[in-house]
Amino acid sequence: MSELQTVVKEPLWKIRIKLAWRGFLKNWNIFRQSKIGMLGLWIVIVFAILGFVVYPILAATVWRSSLAATVSYDPITGYDFQKINPSHPSLQHPLGTDPIGRDILSQLLYSTPREFMLGIFAALITVFIGTTVGTVAAYYGGILDTFFMRLADLILLFPMIAFLIVLSGMMKINMIMLALIIGILSGFGGITIVLRSQALTVKVKPFIESAKVSGARSFYIVFHHIVPNVMPLSFLYMMFSVTGAIFSEAVLSFLGLLNVKMSWGLMIHTSESGGYLLGAYIGRYWWLWVPAGLAITLLCGAFYFIGRGLDEVVNPRLRRR
Amino acid sequence: MGKYIGKRLFQIVILLVIYIAVVFFILHAMPGGMKALFISNPRLTPEAQQAILKAFGLDKPPLTQFLIYMRNSFTLNFGVSFSHYPTPVWEIIKERLPRTALLFITATIISFLIGFHSGKVLAWKRGKAVEYVSTIGGVVAYTIFTPVLAFLLIWFFGAYLRLFPLNQFLNPDLWANTSFSSQVIFLRLLLTASIIGAVILVALILSYRLSHNIRSRRLIFYIPTISSVVIAVFIWWKSPYGIYGADILWHMVLPVVEVTIISYAGIMLVMRDSMLETVKEDFITTARAKGLPDRVVRDKHAARTALLPVITNFIISLGFTLSGGIITETLFSWPGMGLAMYEAVISHDYPLAAGCLIFTGIFVLFAHLVVDIVYAFLDPRIRY
Repeated sequence: MSELQTVVKEPLWKIRIKLAWRGFLKNWNIFRQSKIGMLGLWIVIVFAILGFVVYPILAATVWRSSLAATVSYDPITGYDFQKINPSHPSLQHPLGTDPIGRDILSQLLYSTPREFMLGIFAALITVFIGTTVGTVAAYYGGILDTFFMRLADLILLFPMIAFLIVLSGMMKINMIMLALIIGILSGFGGITIVLRSQALTVKVKPFIESAKVSGARSFYIVFHHIVPNVMPLSFLYMMFSVTGAIFSEAVLSFLGLLNVKMSWGLMIHTSESGGYLLGAYIGRYWWLWVPAGLAITLLCGAFYFIGRGLDEVVNPRLRRR
Repeated sequence: MGKYIGKRLFQIVILLVIYIAVVFFILHAMPGGMKALFISNPRLTPEAQQAILKAFGLDKPPLTQFLIYMRNSFTLNFGVSFSHYPTPVWEIIKERLPRTALLFITATIISFLIGFHSGKVLAWKRGKAVEYVSTIGGVVAYTIFTPVLAFLLIWFFGAYLRLFPLNQFLNPDLWANTSFSSQVIFLRLLLTASIIGAVILVALILSYRLSHNIRSRRLIFYIPTISSVVIAVFIWWKSPYGIYGADILWHMVLPVVEVTIISYAGIMLVMRDSMLETVKEDFITTARAKGLPDRVVRDKHAARTALLPVITNFIISLGFTLSGGIITETLFSWPGMGLAMYEAVISHDYPLAAGCLIFTGIFVLFAHLVVDIVYAFLDPRIRY
């Protein structure tokens, strides 16, 4: 009896958190089964630690610049007067230096949080737009539905990279603007179609009927009943959007079209436009492109792997048993 | 069928109008757009600025400008390129578009054939070491940063093994004393390729129409295919242009390999997943229970059903492959549309950039139409 009372006395938000936690644990156990998803998660965690924890510590201790030094580890204005640049990886510079003597490892670590932020910011916008538009289109139907679906078809056909290349040639685009553009463009794209079809299957379920009968407004039904049910799928697509955003940023800054001070794509661009990556030089100056290229590939791949892992949580048919 | 294609064409024209409107909007509404470009130069006198604005029609109201732009786009009049002055944009695009098309189509067909077959075999060998290794390889190829792949290819095949030329479209030493342009040879190559392609397509359709036996089907398919290829090679061999055609083809290998790898991985992975789902269906169990050979179950029952999602996914990833093509062109100095667009953007050649963007869009729309028709052919559930 006393136990029942404590359960009932517990505030509603606490019960909700408990339920959410239980659901999370259940999904986590499924996710943990997929090796590829866990691999992706570990790569992301390692990158996050390197970018958000290791770099600030290193910058404040080992790499702190002083006026008297002949070596500066600043990722943007750094130099090394003691070596012929670009110099081989050595003890002082674990990944070597770039053509103007900047330390590659410090550039790599400095850019990591920015890539993360860009990817996640763009993906959040994508998922927010995609989920809202997809569920609203599915629930209300009619002309709204037709309009957004045709729009999605159009954006699906949009040569995104070509568009971004032309756009970045006409205006100076920085990271935040790029994230906004990618987020909005892909938000109205394919993700809307997927989430709409998912929302359509939720819409015909009995609990939506009962919510209607008990007098819930349409707005309330969409955002309190349909959206939570399509959330796992939008989370899955968020991972793929992160990959897309980081990839687009890397391509644009690799082509030297972005208004950014430092990023992984720009690191390769600097070496390439300096003529260090022509023909046989590619092998000789390997440290100019391998670290940055590998970082882009790994981080893009990691989010893609997480997406594949989540796919097994969301789609029961893909599971082994 | 004709009605279906007509309907799709109509939709494509509408999409094209919207697309051109978007391009127009980018050109004119953005800071640093057309108008700002001409006014921002402080060394020009106001009269000269006004004269330029008038010459480019930028003094008219925006709606009139838009209508004129739309009309010009449909009559292929994109203005004069700034960086290749006084060549009209359309002339440049006309020269570059076939190169991009050849690169893209060749790579797509190769990657589709290999991706389809390897995905099919992999799903059938579920749980074996081959499957793990190939899946991981496919995922790596799918997620690798495109320029990195290009560097690897250039370094390994071009610099280390010295098998293929590093960059460029042709070998200048060879072409120094020729009296014809490379475009002539290139267009002939394209013509040969499309004739062979048409023969293969007709052979494929004939083999399915005429026979229901796998062995005779193969015979009907392979005899015209191989003989057309042999005849084409023979004609090129005997003609004085042979060596020049071979030179272009030789320069084409690495870019094609790159675009192939980019689009192959996606097709293979989707085919594998789709095949894994199909294998669980009841009709596969039935086919096996009937005592059909394993290969027949795999090729005739499972793979044909599993093919449809692959094609759907292919439509979605068209843009991805195309952007891979743009990056490939800039990296391998393959003078196609992508490189033209990149150079136009770098040198602020707005008419050329806009023209290339519009034609990239047309290219994607057209590819989409082709895939749609193929899909309608393959899926008997689609009624047109």
